[in-house]
Amino acid sequence: MSGSRRIPVEEVRHIAELAHIELTKEEEMIFAEQFNRILEYFSMIDEADTEDVPPTFHVLDLVNVYREDEVYESVKGNEPLRNAPKKEGRFFKSPRIV
Amino acid sequence: MSRIYEMTAAELPDKVRSQEISAQEYLHSILERIGYVDEKVHAYVTIAREEAVAGAREIDEKARRGEKLGPLAGVVVAVKDNICTKGIRTTCSSRMLENFVPPYDATVIERLKASDAIIIGKTNMDEFAMGSTTETSYFGATRNPWNLDKVPGGSSGGSAAAVIAEEATVALGSDTGGSIRCPASYCSDVGLKPTYGLVSRYGLISYANSLEQIGPITRTVRDCALLLSVISGHDSRDSTSLRIPRKNYLKYLIGDIKGLRIGLPKEFFGEGVEEDVKEPVLEAVGKLEELGASCYEASIPAMRYVLPAYYIIAMSEASSNLARYDGLRYGYRDENDEGNFDEVFSRNRRIGFGAEVRRRIILGTYALSAGYFEQYYLKALKIRTLIRRDFERVFKDADVVIGPTMPLLPFNIGERIDDPLKLYMCDILTVPANLTGYPALSVPSGFRRGLPVGMQIIGKPFDEGTLLRVAYTFEQNTRYNEFRPPL
Repeated sequence: MSGSRRIPVEEVRHIAELAHIELTKEEEMIFAEQFNRILEYFSMIDEADTEDVPPTFHVLDLVNVYREDEVYESVKGNEPLRNAPKKEGRFFKSPRIV
Repeated sequence: MSRIYEMTAAELPDKVRSQEISAQEYLHSILERIGYVDEKVHAYVTIAREEAVAGAREIDEKARRGEKLGPLAGVVVAVKDNICTKGIRTTCSSRMLENFVPPYDATVIERLKASDAIIIGKTNMDEFAMGSTTETSYFGATRNPWNLDKVPGGSSGGSAAAVIAEEATVALGSDTGGSIRCPASYCSDVGLKPTYGLVSRYGLISYANSLEQIGPITRTVRDCALLLSVISGHDSRDSTSLRIPRKNYLKYLIGDIKGLRIGLPKEFFGEGVEEDVKEPVLEAVGKLEELGASCYEASIPAMRYVLPAYYIIAMSEASSNLARYDGLRYGYRDENDEGNFDEVFSRNRRIGFGAEVRRRIILGTYALSAGYFEQYYLKALKIRTLIRRDFERVFKDADVVIGPTMPLLPFNIGERIDDPLKLYMCDILTVPANLTGYPALSVPSGFRRGLPVGMQIIGKPFDEGTLLRVAYTFEQNTRYNEFRPPL
């Protein structure tokens, strides 16, 4: 079975980086152990016969739902900044980008 | 006379209209009740006292002026804290959103307000709805009103506990893999997950958007039908909400199920399902037979794969939906801004999210990553098709499918929380309805060891009417809904 491969700690660190979540050294160890147990359990699906079975992305048979492009009133003034943890004047304050 | 806070949503509005009871009087009775029991139960994260009192006063004034009042006049609603309420903080029970105050109302909230209901506050939940016990909340666990050492179920545990403890008339929850039905079962409430597409998700903070629906948690089936009638119906702001005519679900509340065909999947009564749960549910099915229904044994072979398929899909969608939390425009932002954008972003997310949320985001990222996409995500979606086919086959001969809601009785707080896999197993009987999109309802069906047991009724798409009719007939002939926890 392909699913029973073990994920090493380095790979957990790499995926966490992709997901933009910092982990402590201790968490990396705990997560690696838990992930291996969870993924081993998930690998049970390997045995299901899904030959010629299409995937169900969504339960409703809806495609391209359109509505009229009408203009509604939007949030005004400083309201959009109300929840910003750091701001300067009328701007969101971002961390250094590069 | 019974105490005023005990009134149901079906009883109250007429009394408010005729000014026999004022909305303010009723609200104060509930607030007093909260003051007395919530210290023990911890159902609420936020109480919106001022807004609620102002709302009740306005309703009473309308009644005095003889103006027409909505179908929920004076009804006090507890709202799960992942549903946006304008001006009332909405936290998802997460540090990430601890101070988030939405600038708008979810569609369901707009509809409640238009029906003259009162939003009393926001209820505790598993962080971002990820859990089945309400223990992963940043604000601490909610306790089961029937036994304060036990979990209330989750993730809408605060809503379910508030309703049975009479800290609200009714509540809203959300159900991604059982999050309405599980706590309804564990607290002895009626809980309904509507068909996917029946209730607008606009303003519901997304966890796994192809699986989740908002739905009612109530003490009686009548209140469930009433609340569903108000919150359902098309909304152009949710492109997955279906264009179907709005219904008055009260008309399905007839106490007659003669000729009803019930499918009993053997997998719902098999290995891993406790006798303490099986017995009362089979007794309940016996009662339905007595009342004119017929039963036959069915089979859902794909049940074997339902849990891993559900978790792979839910985690994958979560990794995408929760990517938006960077702490820039809203959300947790650490004082320490050292490093580049990626480093700051990753730090905010480590501190802002709890362990289970981080676990699911990372595993979801893994399942969607190059090399594993087909093995996990795509395979899970194919299994979703298999499960749907199994249910379609059973529904050729059955009007409803019945089984227990939960495979085991409410367990102790702290008992399973350290073992994620053990916790995931609790969802085995509820996730099929989310993967298929079918409606499912949990109705109180007795007690074992002083703890509630819920019966789950699963129906055909958009056949909520039949679910309510079956649950109502059962309720009227058993009266398990009249029991209250000793608080």
